[in-house]
Amino acid sequence: MATRPTFSEEVSNLMHASHGNPLKTCIQCGTCSGTCPVAEFMDHTPRRLIGLINANQKEDVLESNTYWYCASCFHCTVRCPSEIDIAGLMYSLKRYSIWKHQYPEDAIGPVFSETFVKSILRSGRSYEPVLAPSYIFSYGVREFLNEAATATNLMLKGRIPVIPPRLKRLENFKKMADRIIPMGGAK
Amino acid sequence: MSTYSYFPGCSLEKMALSYHQSAMQTTNAVGIELKEIDDWNCCGATTYFHVDELLATTLVARNLAIAEEAGHDFVAPCSACFKNAYFASKYLKEDEDLANHINYALEQDNLKFSGSIEVKHLMEVFVDDVGVEEIQERTTHPLKGLRVAPYYGCQIVRPKKDHEDVENPQFFEELITAIGADAINYAYRLRCCGGSLIITSREAALTLVRNLLQSAVDIEADVIATACPLCQTNLEVYQMQVNQEFGTDFSIPIMYFTQLMGLAMGLPKKKLGIGTEFISTDKILTYAKEAA
Repeated sequence: MATRPTFSEEVSNLMHASHGNPLKTCIQCGTCSGTCPVAEFMDHTPRRLIGLINANQKEDVLESNTYWYCASCFHCTVRCPSEIDIAGLMYSLKRYSIWKHQYPEDAIGPVFSETFVKSILRSGRSYEPVLAPSYIFSYGVREFLNEAATATNLMLKGRIPVIPPRLKRLENFKKMADRIIPMGGAK
Repeated sequence: MSTYSYFPGCSLEKMALSYHQSAMQTTNAVGIELKEIDDWNCCGATTYFHVDELLATTLVARNLAIAEEAGHDFVAPCSACFKNAYFASKYLKEDEDLANHINYALEQDNLKFSGSIEVKHLMEVFVDDVGVEEIQERTTHPLKGLRVAPYYGCQIVRPKKDHEDVENPQFFEELITAIGADAINYAYRLRCCGGSLIITSREAALTLVRNLLQSAVDIEADVIATACPLCQTNLEVYQMQVNQEFGTDFSIPIMYFTQLMGLAMGLPKKKLGIGTEFISTDKILTYAKEAA
C-alpha cells in the first residue's frame, strides 16, 4: 500500500545538492546550536528544529524564524558529528516555506529573496537600489534614517552604481533560465 | 605569465571597487593576468538558493562555461561567489544527469560546461599558486610592526572542500607574515559577519559585527584584513551603525588583503583604491613608507 511521505522525509527530499547524512542520524548533541552565531535570536535552536522535523511537527517548523536567521556561515555543517549538512537544511526549509507561502509575518527574508531573484532574471546582475524597497519600509524610523545616511555616504564615496548593470547577451540569458523554469509571458 | 578567468562578481563593480583595483594591481605585480569573464552574470549569492537551487546552479554554470571556453581556471575574489562556483563545478563534474540538464539550458547561450577547469579563491592563487616565499620576495616595503587581524569569515573555508583544516587554517596568517606585518590571533577570525542578515535581520547582524570588532580591538589590532566584499562592507560601512546601536566607539580600518599586499609591494595607494573608505586608513599608510 502506498504511504504518504512524512514531513521529515519531505524536507529531506528538498536537499538535492547536499551530500550530508540523513536528518534521522541526528543524535541531538547540540553542537550546531552551540556553534551557531545567531542561535540567541532564533525561536528554536538548530538542534531543536531538527528534533521537531524528525518528530514531524510541521506547523511548529513552518512558523519558526530559525532558518530565516541562518546567514549561511556553514559552521554547524563542518562541526556536526553526524555529518548532516545543517546549513543545507536551512536552505531547503527556506525553499519549502516560500513554496508553501507560509512564514513568520515580520520576516523580511522571503520577500527580499523573491525580489532578488526577479531582479537577477531581469538584468543578469544584482543592483542594490532596486532591492532596497523590498525591505526598507519594514524598518523602524531610526533604522530607516540610519540606512538612508549610510546609502548617502556610499553614494558620496562613489560606491553605489548610478546606472543598473545589464548583460550583453541578456536575451540568451533569459532563454537559458526559461529552459529550467518556463515562465510563459510573466517576465 | 599565468592567466586566470576572473569573475569579479556584482559587489566588485562598485561597492567593492577598491578590491577589484587592488586585485588587478597585485596579481599584475606577481606576473599573473586576470582576464575578466566576458558578459558574466550574478552568481546568485546566498539569496538565489533560497528560492530555486537548480536555476541558481545554472546561473553559476553559465559563468563556469564562459571561463572554460576561455581556457583558464576560474578565480573569484568574493568568498560567496567562490563557494558557489566551487560547489556548482563539483556537482556538475560528479553528477552527469545534472550536467546534462544544465547544459541543455546553457545551449541557449551557445555554451557548455564540461568540467575541465578548477575553481579558486583569489587568496588561494596567491598562497598556493604564487607561494608566500615569492610574495615575501616581492615585498619591498614590509609593513613592520603593523598589527593585522586576518579575518577569514565563512565561505572561503566552509563548507569543507577536501582535507583542508577548517577549524584552524593558517594560510591568511602566512600571507600577512610574508608582507612583513604581525598576524595577530583573535577569537573571532573564523566567525560570521552576518552576511546578508544585515538586510533581513539587522539586529542580529549588527550584534555579530560588534562582537567581531570587539574581539579584534581587544587584542589591539591596527587593521582587520578581509578577503570578501560582504565582510568588508558589514565590518566597515556598518561600523557607525554599530556605534549608534550599542554606544561603542569603534574606529578600526577594514582593508582588503590585496590592499595591504599592494602597500607592501610599494604600489601607489590610489591604484589600490585606497581613499574610498568610511574609516581613515592614514595610520596604516605610515607603515608602508619605509622601503626595506
